[in-house]
Amino acid sequence: MLRGLKAIIGWTEDRSGMIGVVTPIITHRVPRNAKWWYVFGSATLMFFCIQLVSGTLLATLYAPSAADAYQSLVYIDTQVPMGWMLRAIHGWSSNAMVLMVVVHMLQVFLHGAFKFPRELTWMVGVLLLFCTLALAFTGQIMRWDQDAYWGLGIGASIVDRVPVLGNQLRNIMLGGPYIGGATLSRFFALHVFVLPGLTIALVGLHLWLILRNGVSEMPKVGEPVVPATYRRDFEARTERTGVPFFPDAAQRDMVFCGLALIVVVGLAALYGPFGPNGNPDPTVIDANPRPDGAFLWIFAALALLPAQVETFLLLAAPPVIVLLLLAIPLISPRGERAPTRRPVSVLAMLLVCTALAALTWLGVTSPWSPVMDAWTSVPTPVRLVERLTPLQMQGALVMQYQQCRNCHAIDGTGGMRGPDLGDVGSRLSWDQLVRQVQQGGGNMPAYGKTLSAAETVAVVAFLQACRTDGQPPAFIPGALERAASGDLPPVAAPVAAPPAAP
Amino acid sequence: MNDGCQGCGCGGAGASPPGGETRRGALFKLGAGLMAVGGAVASVPIFGALVAPGFRRYGNSWLDIGGVADYPAGETRLAKFSIPGASPNDGETATAAAWVRSMDGGKFQVFAVNCAHLGCPVKWFQQSRLFMCPCHGGVYYEDGSRASGPPPRGLFEYEWKVENGRLLIDAGRLPGLQETA
Repeated sequence: MLRGLKAIIGWTEDRSGMIGVVTPIITHRVPRNAKWWYVFGSATLMFFCIQLVSGTLLATLYAPSAADAYQSLVYIDTQVPMGWMLRAIHGWSSNAMVLMVVVHMLQVFLHGAFKFPRELTWMVGVLLLFCTLALAFTGQIMRWDQDAYWGLGIGASIVDRVPVLGNQLRNIMLGGPYIGGATLSRFFALHVFVLPGLTIALVGLHLWLILRNGVSEMPKVGEPVVPATYRRDFEARTERTGVPFFPDAAQRDMVFCGLALIVVVGLAALYGPFGPNGNPDPTVIDANPRPDGAFLWIFAALALLPAQVETFLLLAAPPVIVLLLLAIPLISPRGERAPTRRPVSVLAMLLVCTALAALTWLGVTSPWSPVMDAWTSVPTPVRLVERLTPLQMQGALVMQYQQCRNCHAIDGTGGMRGPDLGDVGSRLSWDQLVRQVQQGGGNMPAYGKTLSAAETVAVVAFLQACRTDGQPPAFIPGALERAASGDLPPVAAPVAAPPAAP
Repeated sequence: MNDGCQGCGCGGAGASPPGGETRRGALFKLGAGLMAVGGAVASVPIFGALVAPGFRRYGNSWLDIGGVADYPAGETRLAKFSIPGASPNDGETATAAAWVRSMDGGKFQVFAVNCAHLGCPVKWFQQSRLFMCPCHGGVYYEDGSRASGPPPRGLFEYEWKVENGRLLIDAGRLPGLQETA
């Protein structure tokens, strides 16, 4: 029996030579100090493999047609045995892959592992980062729900801003002059054929480059990379003190990958699949489109870019970011690798991470978005109501009825687009409040045409009453003296009639 | 002789008969030329289908969005319509919506629901007479002009006309900054 197996293996090896090819690859010597810092690339690869398998199985159940996609997802979630879990694993593993590829990249940058002779490994890695992000974005489109539909609308609007050719490019992207079946088919082809194929090819190249140039050692202060001697010294050191990748180094990868996989499967079981969130019906305008986590920072940047430079930045930033990332090893191919000797690099990395984290958090809270139902769902605080005069009470009603609360919180509840009005009475004087309500400004619409004079008086009276206990109303020096002379009472002042509508 | 052969890119080595160099060089050029021609001819339909939407001029059509009486003066209502020439593959995405503002004297303004900033669906609020966008907080007045937020212009407007008591709009394409509605 054993002899028979040996004979089969021997015959196969004689004809194919595969064992002779693979053995030196998996037992290639790696630096002894390549320990827990080095597990993230392996974890990324593992999650990519999970994506390939779960994605292939999803493709056997998913209907890639705009007419049927949404219903097929509902069917997978509710009717197919374990279908919801399959979708959940694909979704959570996708997030894990994005996270791991970013952490892997940060580790490589922090340790200067992109320097000679591994420049090309880094560049291929940058392409893999964008493949991963493209897979995540096109994967969100596959959900074919409201988020997917309006997310495509945002993408189309950005492409439409390209000078001269914008409209043509947009129609190529959408497969026509509107978002429809052709659009989903295009993104389906990208998501299941083009991008996975490209990613597999680049992963192969990435691994080949790792084998050719070796895994970098942990950086040591005072051991700069000198291209003239680096390869000879590195090979001598790994030959002398290195360990075989399998099993010595691989065991840490296995422990981490196993744990990461268990966590992802656990999250999938606990929280289930992502979406689909609402039919992709363009006539349902109550949608509240939000991108997936990896793109929330872009969503936030789009809300915060100054209007004058928005189009320029939207179009110029992506190629600049890609080229800059690709160029990092060319900018700094030699010298110290230790983070303590590369303060500018480390600070730049921290700055980018902080900015991305802050933008992502802003994307989660999206304070610039009106809370569409705040005017009917958020109450006026009791502390204010219990001391209001009838006029001020009327103003509170006007305030509620005019959807002011969609953008303005009072004591922290309501929209956050404009300032919280809980203490506005002690910040703005009567005249300033009238002016702000009627003329708007500072990113607030003008209500001069919408509110009658009486409504304006009421709402301003209410706003003046919006103060913390014991705070006097704001006033402009001199206004009180005029008020005392009977010229212009600070409360319930007559308001000029709103300008006639043109 | 062999050195010269390597330069031609055919990778040929070993003993070659006199005159083989020129014959192989010519054959290589012929092969490369034929491959290029064949590849170019095959590429046209292969990639043509991909980029065709970029070269077509998509027109709009006059679409009936209901009777004039469906839109009382002084109100702004949502009109739903089917996109002309939609494919059976489109499902729900073959429909679209527009905001119809009906004014005194039988005048209308018909706005695309897509925000002029990045295309999210704006919602109408009758009381404050404002359109608000859920994505990045763009706000428009009832006449479609920009009130606040990031939009670089007012809402996109469809051409409209009234025929036999029916309201028609000229629509079909997704509006954008380079694409009038």
